[in-house]
Amino acid sequence: MTAAEWTISAMWVGVTAYVLLAGADFGAGFWDLLAGGSRRGADQRDLIEHSIGPVWEANHVWLIFVIVLCWAGFPGVFASVASTMYVPLMLVALGIIARGAAFAFRKASAELGHRRAYGACFAFSSVLTPFFLGTVAGGIASGRVPLGIAAGDLVTSWLNPTSFLAGALAVGTTAYLAAVYLCADARRAGAAPLAEQFRSRGIVTGAVTGVIALAGIAVLLIDSPALYRGLIGPGLPLVVISAVAGLASAVLLLRRNYLPARLSAAVAVAALPWGWAVAQYPLVLLPDTTIESAAAQPTVLHAVLVTTLIGAVLLIPSLLWMFALFQRDTAPGRNSHGSAADSGS
Amino acid sequence: MSGLPDLVFAGAATPADLVAARVQMALSLGWHIVIACFGVGMPAITVFAEWRAIRRGDRTYLALAHRWAQAMGVLFAVGAVSGTILSFEMGVLWPGLMDTYGQVIGLPFALEGFAFFIEAIFLGIYLYGWNRLPPRVHLLTGIPVCLAGVASAFFVVAANAWMNQPRGFDLDAGRVVGVRPWAAMFNPATPPQTVHMIIAAFMVAGYGMASVYAVAMLRGRTDRYHRLGFLVPFTAAAALTPVQIAVGDWAAKFLATNQPAKLAAIEGVFATSHAVPLHIGGFYEDDEMRYALEIPHGLSLLAHWDPQALIIGLDRFAPEDRPPVNVVHWSFQVMVIIGVFLLLLGIWLAVAWWRRRDLPASRWFLRGSAVAGAAAAVALEAGWITTEVGRQPWIVWGVLRTADAVTPVPGLAVGLLVVGAVYVVLTVTTVAVLRRLTRAPLAPQEEPGEEMNLP
Ligand code: HDD
Ligand code: HEM
Ligand code: HEM
Repeated sequence: MTAAEWTISAMWVGVTAYVLLAGADFGAGFWDLLAGGSRRGADQRDLIEHSIGPVWEANHVWLIFVIVLCWAGFPGVFASVASTMYVPLMLVALGIIARGAAFAFRKASAELGHRRAYGACFAFSSVLTPFFLGTVAGGIASGRVPLGIAAGDLVTSWLNPTSFLAGALAVGTTAYLAAVYLCADARRAGAAPLAEQFRSRGIVTGAVTGVIALAGIAVLLIDSPALYRGLIGPGLPLVVISAVAGLASAVLLLRRNYLPARLSAAVAVAALPWGWAVAQYPLVLLPDTTIESAAAQPTVLHAVLVTTLIGAVLLIPSLLWMFALFQRDTAPGRNSHGSAADSGS
Repeated sequence: MSGLPDLVFAGAATPADLVAARVQMALSLGWHIVIACFGVGMPAITVFAEWRAIRRGDRTYLALAHRWAQAMGVLFAVGAVSGTILSFEMGVLWPGLMDTYGQVIGLPFALEGFAFFIEAIFLGIYLYGWNRLPPRVHLLTGIPVCLAGVASAFFVVAANAWMNQPRGFDLDAGRVVGVRPWAAMFNPATPPQTVHMIIAAFMVAGYGMASVYAVAMLRGRTDRYHRLGFLVPFTAAAALTPVQIAVGDWAAKFLATNQPAKLAAIEGVFATSHAVPLHIGGFYEDDEMRYALEIPHGLSLLAHWDPQALIIGLDRFAPEDRPPVNVVHWSFQVMVIIGVFLLLLGIWLAVAWWRRRDLPASRWFLRGSAVAGAAAAVALEAGWITTEVGRQPWIVWGVLRTADAVTPVPGLAVGLLVVGAVYVVLTVTTVAVLRRLTRAPLAPQEEPGEEMNLP
């Protein structure tokens, strides 16, 4: 592999991590939205707050990681996407602001009214943000972002069938991931009824997302033939993996094997960005911008790769420790649920 | 497409769009930087308090550490999201910069990404780990947060320093070739700018935290909790203030040799000459500084340690290459005035402490300290306005004009309005939530359980 390919692979690892980790955090916001009235939904909201509170900021940094690798390694691509996708990207940015701030504010507030307002803001932006990120991905994948500053159409690049499909898929997968992840969290917290609830939600959203994906085939056939050909060509193995893992996760959920279900759900979702990448390899932007032609100079790529390697050595143990720490139960009586902020809900 | 999109995107980008983009960038940066200062400075002060709590078994310090950790939880979240919009805006508003030079300044930003990771991971552990970790381990998890905060400030300001002193690349017919990313990152402006910025971050955080307790003491709450809550951050910030002024002087000397147009704008010097006076106050009009207090030889002396030294004036630059003088001149004045004010405040405390081992008796000291936090933040903004507006009309000094880097997309004014409204709401809610925290009973992310007993 060349330095440019290594760099874009590192970027894609970041995309995958963002989808799997931050995606689930967004999905938790989706369930927060549907949790019902403030009394009825309190348990679910507590579980959600408890699960994503310590980790969402670290999960969010994957997006920053992808952005900075993109502008260091593929500056022309970054400039083209950012300028053509001005509108949805600004909406994403505003959604990220609303979501992160509202989540933290809700945590720090006690009055029911405030908590409700922040909660609503958190929940709505958790749905809109992945949707618009999906429209960006759909626009790129369907070849609507050519190389060049604002070279694509400012409106149709993200308001089109493929973008809409990708946005819907993004919302579906985040909700699905969150439901599957939360099953195990709920069981660990000793909340069996909640686990049951998220189990059925996981199955339903998994099915709905699967249907969207199937319907998507027709959309792609008409709207983005190049992507379609890539997906049934070199990308086919990954598409198959995604489908099989998705089905497996449904079976595992039915049998209440929550931890393996998590894993197979993650595989099902992770296969999607990789399928896309393989489908359009070696192009980064259609019609003819290749990885090599868009890459920064070798000196830059080498510096970035070396620092990424060193960074990974620091990062991976830290991340593992963080997840392990918060997946472990606190000893009885040391649970956090009694804090003043929580008891306000 | 019809309707709203047509309305917004009708016609091409106009000069007003350039102004909108600049204002939007300045607004988002100016907002983020204040919060970011707390992200850089506050962890160290909090970890210090926790360390004292553990060392001495002191519950007051522990209560302070908890309270500060709670505020950090809010501030960090807001800092992270306001920083994210910045990284979008770099591309959305300035594709001409990122397209050509993204790879030159990519390295510090990539490094910054790792610093953010470390900061976010360990902050999550620190904030939510009170009950999950033994006290000493918990204390240690605060240290990566402190280091990563300082590191991220270093990296991002190094990128900004490069915009002032672009190095580490060659141009071949408008194409960037021969990129040397390390040389770009460690450009000549990096040392003065990063040092000045990191100290400023500690000052803003320190004075900002102290002013909360100064207000409380003015309202009569003078127990040990409030006194320590005031003294710890205030002392840290006050000790750094003289250093900051010396570093500011270094930054000014640096400009005199490396970015003379900016220094000329700061001082409103038009005619290149020897033995130039220092201008205090005043208004620049028709290539002349009016109504200013003049200190003879002052500028030559300060900039080069030589009363006769040559100062390059704006006359050496073509009119279209000159930065706007009054904004730069006045923002610099404001920064320096506040720096001196903060210095005096610190001296006042030092004298009182030396004489009586106590805070100054005068309520005016507390009143001064109550505004010190806001004053430090204003100095910070003023400093950045000096730096950024003083760099105009260049986005990359001498290499790329701001007007050539802006996105050609029309309708930026609409974006500015939306972003402006969001920042108003965000400011109001952040302040409301933080104010509430100062009054709420102690309830950190995880209530300190019995286990958080001190050794
Ligand atoms: C608490 C904040 C604070 C205080 C009290 C001061 N400064 Fe400052 N100054 C900043 C915070 C700041 C900053 C962090 O906002 C800037 C903007 C860019 C930078 O690197 O630092 C800055 C920039 C800046 C620059 C422009 C540097 C450049 O463009 O490269 C100069 C010449 C000075 N400062 C000089 C001073 C002097 C002589 C001070 C003496 C009182 C002073 N500053 C106090
Ligand atoms: C955080 C503190 C900062 C503040 C308050 C600040 C302030 C400003 C202001 C006032 C402007 C508008 C200048 C004008 O148009 O007249 C500006 C422009 C800009 N700044 Fe900064 N700046 C900060 C840091 C940075 C950093 C660290 C970077 C990059 C690494 C940066 C990159 C830019 C860019 C790209 C522009 C737009 C182009 C231009 O107007 O020159 N700024 N900033
Ligand atoms: C002098 C200027 C700046 C300083 C000192 C600074 C410092 C910091 C710090 C300490 C944080 C951690 C969050 C917090 O505690 O609030 C942060 C967050 C962030 N900053 Fe800045 N920053 C500056 C300017 C910028 C600029 C110009 C950009 C982008 C172009 C940027 C992008 C970000 C991003 C993306 C985050 C979020 C990271 C996360 O998700 O945790 N910052 N910044």
